[in-house]
Amino acid sequence: MGIQERLIEDVGLRRGVSRLTPEKIEKTIGAVLKGETGARLATYAETCMRCGLCAEACHFALSHPGDPSFTPAGKVHQTMSVLLDRKGRVDPDFIYGMAQLAYTECNLCRRCVHFCPIGIDTAYIISVVRRICHKLGVTPQYIQDTAHSHSAVFNQMWVKDDEWTDSLMWQEDEAREEFPGLRIPLDKEGADIYYSVIAPEPKFRTQLIYQAAAILHMSGKDWTMPAHSGWDNSDMCMFTGDFEMMGRLKRRHFESAQKLKVKRIVMGECGHALRSVYDVGNRWLGYSYPPVPVIHAVEFYWELIQEGRIKLVKKFPGPVTIQDPCNIVRGKGLQQKLREVTRFLVEGDIVEMHPNMEHNFCCAAGGGVINCGPPFKNQRVAGNTVKAEQLKATGVKTVITPCHNCHGGLHDIIHHHKLGMELKFLSDIIYECMEKPEA
Amino acid sequence: MNAAYEFVTGPLAWLAWGIFLLGSAYRLYSMYQLALKKDAPSVSFMDLGFSLRSIFNWLIPFNALGWRKSPVMTVTTFAFHLCLIAVPVFLVAHVTLWTEFFGISYATLPDNVADIMTLVVLAACLVFAGRRLTQKEVAYITTGKDWLALTIVTLPFLTGFLAYHQVFDYQVMIVAHIVAGEIMLAAIPFTRLSHMVFAAFTRAYMGSEFGGVRHARDW
Repeated sequence: MGIQERLIEDVGLRRGVSRLTPEKIEKTIGAVLKGETGARLATYAETCMRCGLCAEACHFALSHPGDPSFTPAGKVHQTMSVLLDRKGRVDPDFIYGMAQLAYTECNLCRRCVHFCPIGIDTAYIISVVRRICHKLGVTPQYIQDTAHSHSAVFNQMWVKDDEWTDSLMWQEDEAREEFPGLRIPLDKEGADIYYSVIAPEPKFRTQLIYQAAAILHMSGKDWTMPAHSGWDNSDMCMFTGDFEMMGRLKRRHFESAQKLKVKRIVMGECGHALRSVYDVGNRWLGYSYPPVPVIHAVEFYWELIQEGRIKLVKKFPGPVTIQDPCNIVRGKGLQQKLREVTRFLVEGDIVEMHPNMEHNFCCAAGGGVINCGPPFKNQRVAGNTVKAEQLKATGVKTVITPCHNCHGGLHDIIHHHKLGMELKFLSDIIYECMEKPEA
Repeated sequence: MNAAYEFVTGPLAWLAWGIFLLGSAYRLYSMYQLALKKDAPSVSFMDLGFSLRSIFNWLIPFNALGWRKSPVMTVTTFAFHLCLIAVPVFLVAHVTLWTEFFGISYATLPDNVADIMTLVVLAACLVFAGRRLTQKEVAYITTGKDWLALTIVTLPFLTGFLAYHQVFDYQVMIVAHIVAGEIMLAAIPFTRLSHMVFAAFTRAYMGSEFGGVRHARDW
């Protein structure tokens, strides 16, 4: 049992490992452990009592009953514990397995936090393992490609500056048929709201920009989108362990909002981007909290509803269930607002999954795992049969899923298990049910 | 035998307590310095209220999700830790020693209660050992350090129980018991048992992050 018995061929990992020497490995691991870690890692490594309580936490472990190598402590046991015990003297083959495990078998979802009496943060430990892999140049090819895109064009999907503005103008053009007078205001200085998205939105979920524009337009908000780089709030570099690049990305993002002198950033329905902007990237730059206030779409819709700015002509027919995205629930406690927004939009039952809210099961796509691409897809889907069972038990056909990664992850699970469920962003439902000029 | 008893209750006891207290203080101090130097982004989020909230919630049996999902372990570990601390501190024979050496005296546990509590500790150690041997997810991650910690904790209670019931030679057993207790004290700062020193702080940190930043329960 263990990662070495389930290795998957990946070009990025293979090529990275082929360049390694034992000396380079030892030196790099030593540099990260000594230079970048301190009391947190030391106490976690020393005081983990190896009690195994966390085995009950992880969707990977629960989906592979009887295989302890998928438990949170089991994953640390195969990676960081070995690095510490051997003081970095491990061979390239070990690094291959370590990288595959850290990048594709842990979503950094932090559910295990609810199981460790001592308060060990396994996600942090695995992040340090990823950091070492990044420094060694051993990263899965697909996610590394997105990281390269970040460093070249400051967005995740190789969207060029002209393609970006072109996409926005295209959506504006389309939307003006339905909403005469609608604008997607570019670079409007002093706007109340800077609306930010992740690069997959202009790339292949452009209707989400359309819907956001419609909601912002009909709610009468003063808003803008930037015409230049910095618009993408996503961050695969945070997940590959390229923290220097993560810092550059977040700086560009915050500065683009600051240059426009906006009051705050409203971000679309994405989980990992919130983690990057609100929790991780800001700290790398030395900000305890984002230098420009940031709120997630769930909070924003909640506000609009409180202010009476979303007018519905109908309600969405239930029953529905709700997927709690880790990064907005365990990351910012938005579970209640998510339910209040859903209650406002949906007629009929909200059938809860169990466990739910901050005890939810991850979608198995987050933490950069889905971004590692097709080679690891089967393992990812197999790693979340508990989610399939959870979804099936609700007996409903609609899953409200306010996170891009959750969409991707659940889509694959639903398809694989033939659950026949459809996924909806909140904005899909708001757009569908809201008052429109012709109506 | 008297000389051995004198030695283990005299110089060796001073040594063991010295290593325990000074060692723990040193470990805490140096870990704090390391945290200030390397973990500033974590230290700056520490919050007393959220720390205590987290510690309090984890001290309630079956309150945390993890406790609820492993009921046998929950009952075992709560009973174990309670007895592990209460028995040595409030045992009549131990308090007598404090009185004899330093003139300190305080409340004690009735001997028969302490006896049962000792058995609870030993039974819990058996459960822990059984889990390490038979439960896959525990066996997989168990290392020599974990067996060492378990052994160090088991021995003082085992020898104490045997000495109290005068099984084998009492004189030998009581010296063995004292030595075992002293080994445990001295081992606290430098083995897995150091969670006694650090756990409150790792718990507090997690509580602070989840309370102050993530606005979610961490239990």
